[in-house]
Amino acid sequence: MTVVKEHTPPLTGSPRPRGAARLGDLPFGAIASAALLAVVVVAAVAPGLLTRADPLAADPLRALAPPGGAHWFGTDHLGRDVLARVVHGAGHSLSIGAGAVLVAVGVGLLLGVLAGLAPRLLDEALSRAFDTLATFPDVMLALLVIAILGPGTGNVILAIGLAQIPNYARVIRAQTFVVRRSGYVEQAVTFGLAWPRLVLRHVLPNALGPLPVLATIGLGQAVIAASGLSFLGMGPQPPSPEWGTMLAEARNYLRVAWWQAFFPGVAVTLTVICLTATGRRLQRRFEGRRS
Amino acid sequence: MTTVTRRAAHVARRGLGGLAVLWAAATIAYAALLLAPGDTVDAIIGDGLDTPRIRAEIIAEWGLDRPEIVQYLDYLGRLLHGDLGRSYLLQRGVGEVLASQLPSTAALAVAAALTGVTLALALALVTAGRRTAFRSRLRALTGTAELVAVSVPPFLIGIVLLSVFSFRLGWFPVAGDRGLASLVLPALALGIPVAGVLGQVLREGLERAVEEPFALTARSRGITERALVARHALRHALLPAVTLTGWFTGLLLGGAVIVEAVYGRPGIGQIAVQAVDSRDMPVVMAVILFSAVVYVVVSSLVDLAYLVVDPRLRESR
Repeated sequence: MTVVKEHTPPLTGSPRPRGAARLGDLPFGAIASAALLAVVVVAAVAPGLLTRADPLAADPLRALAPPGGAHWFGTDHLGRDVLARVVHGAGHSLSIGAGAVLVAVGVGLLLGVLAGLAPRLLDEALSRAFDTLATFPDVMLALLVIAILGPGTGNVILAIGLAQIPNYARVIRAQTFVVRRSGYVEQAVTFGLAWPRLVLRHVLPNALGPLPVLATIGLGQAVIAASGLSFLGMGPQPPSPEWGTMLAEARNYLRVAWWQAFFPGVAVTLTVICLTATGRRLQRRFEGRRS
Repeated sequence: MTTVTRRAAHVARRGLGGLAVLWAAATIAYAALLLAPGDTVDAIIGDGLDTPRIRAEIIAEWGLDRPEIVQYLDYLGRLLHGDLGRSYLLQRGVGEVLASQLPSTAALAVAAALTGVTLALALALVTAGRRTAFRSRLRALTGTAELVAVSVPPFLIGIVLLSVFSFRLGWFPVAGDRGLASLVLPALALGIPVAGVLGQVLREGLERAVEEPFALTARSRGITERALVARHALRHALLPAVTLTGWFTGLLLGGAVIVEAVYGRPGIGQIAVQAVDSRDMPVVMAVILFSAVVYVVVSSLVDLAYLVVDPRLRESR
C-alpha cells in the first residue's frame, strides 16, 4: 500500500528532521533504558545467547544454593539455575505483554475508528460500552475472563487485552473525530474520494499518531498485570519460567533464599521502568511536535 | 432554571447513569455465567454424590430448566432485593460470604488510600515552590522514585517489604489479619503505587498552579511561598487528581486481590481468587458486581466533591 507516502501532511510538516536524534544528544537515562530493553529483547528472542543452562533442569542436591561461581544468580528450591530461568522468563513475560497489547490495540483501533466515524447513536453506544468496560478494575475483569476460560497463557493475554481496550479505543475515537473534521479530509470528500479509500489513506494514518506512545506505556502495564496474574497462579503454569510464576514460587522461600525472588523481581521492575521511561520520552517528543 | 433545580437535575442524571452502569455490570456478569463452559449442575454437585435424582432436584431447586431470559430477569430481580445468590462451593449465601470478608478488605483499601495520599501530598508539598538548586535535585529524586513506584508490581513491593520487615527484622507478622500490626505492610504495598501516580499528578498540578495569574496576585500581596502552595495552589492541583479517583479505586480493589494473596490476608480478593480457581461463578459474579458498585458510588461522590473543590463548576452547571 502507499499509505506511508501520505503520512506527513505537507502543510504542517515540521522543519525538524524526523527519526532518532544523534546519540550524543540523548541523556544517559534514555540510552540506559534502550540498552536494557535491547538485552531483554535478546533474552526473549534468543535466550541461548545469554545463558547455556537449562531453565527446567532440576538438581535437588544443589537446591537453594546462593549466587556464586557456577550459578551467578543462585539456584531455586528445585536446584534450577535462577539466571537461566530469569533469561528464559523474558520470552514468556514479554510475549504475554505484547500479545495483550496487540489484542487491545487491534480491537481498540477497530472500535475507536468505528465510533469516530459512526453516526451519533452508534458512537454514543460504543462510548458507553468503553466507559462500562473501564468501570471494572483490570484485575477484576481479568479474573472474570479467567473464571470463564480457565488459567493459561493465551487466556491471560485475552484477559489483560480486554481490560486495556478502552484505553486505546477512547483515544483513537477522539483522534478520528478530529481528523475527520479537518480541512484536508473535507477537501478529499469534495474531490469525491470513496469512503474506504478516504478512511484508509487519510483518516487512519493521521489518527494513529498517539498509538506508539500509548502502546509502549501499555506494554509496561501489561507486563505488570501479567506478572500479577501469574503470581496468583492464573498464567503460565509451573514449571514455566515466567517472572510472576517464579515470584509466586519464591514467596515460600523468602526466609532462606532471597535471590530466588530478587532476580526475577529486578527483571520485571527494570523492564517496566525502561518501558515507562521510554514511553514518556516519546510522549514528550510527540507533544512537543504537536504544539 | 434555578441553581437548586439544576443541581438536582445533575444529581438525578448522575444517579441514572450509575444505575445504567450497574445494570450493564450485572448483564456482563450474567453473560459470564452463560459463557462459562461446563454444566451448572456439575459445578453445583462438585465432588458430591451424582445421581439422576439429585440432578433433577438441583435443576428444580435452582430453576435451571427455565428459559435463559427468564433466569436472567429472575437474577436481576433477586439483585434488586439484595440477593446475590448462593455459592456453588461454600453452600452459603454469596452476600453473607462477601459481608464476612468485607471489613478486612475495606480496612486494607482505606489504610492503603490514606498511606498513598499522605505520601503523595508530602512529596508534592516538599518539592513544590520556586526553583532552587536544592528543590530541583529533590524534584529529580522524587521523580525517579515515582517512576519506580509505578513500575513495580504491587505484589513485588509486598514481597520486598515482607522479606525485609517480617523475615529479616521481625517487626511485623508474616501473614494473616491480626490487628493493626498486620495491616502496616499490606497498606504500604498497596499505597506506594497509588502514591507514585498521585504524586506525579499533584506535582504537575502544583507546578502549573504556581505559574497562574492568581499566584502572581497572591505573591504581590506578600504571601510566603509555603502559604501560596498550601492555601491556593493545592486546591487547583487537587482537581486533576480527583479526576483519577475512579482509577485509584480500581487500583486499590484490583491491587487488594494481589496483596491479600502475598500476605495470606483474608478478604474479598482471596474469596475471588478461590472462586475463580474453583469456577464458583455466583461468587465471581458478585465480586465483579461489588467492584462496579464501589466504582459507581465513589465516582458519584467524587463528582459531588468537584462542586466543593472547584466553585467555578457551581455556576456553570
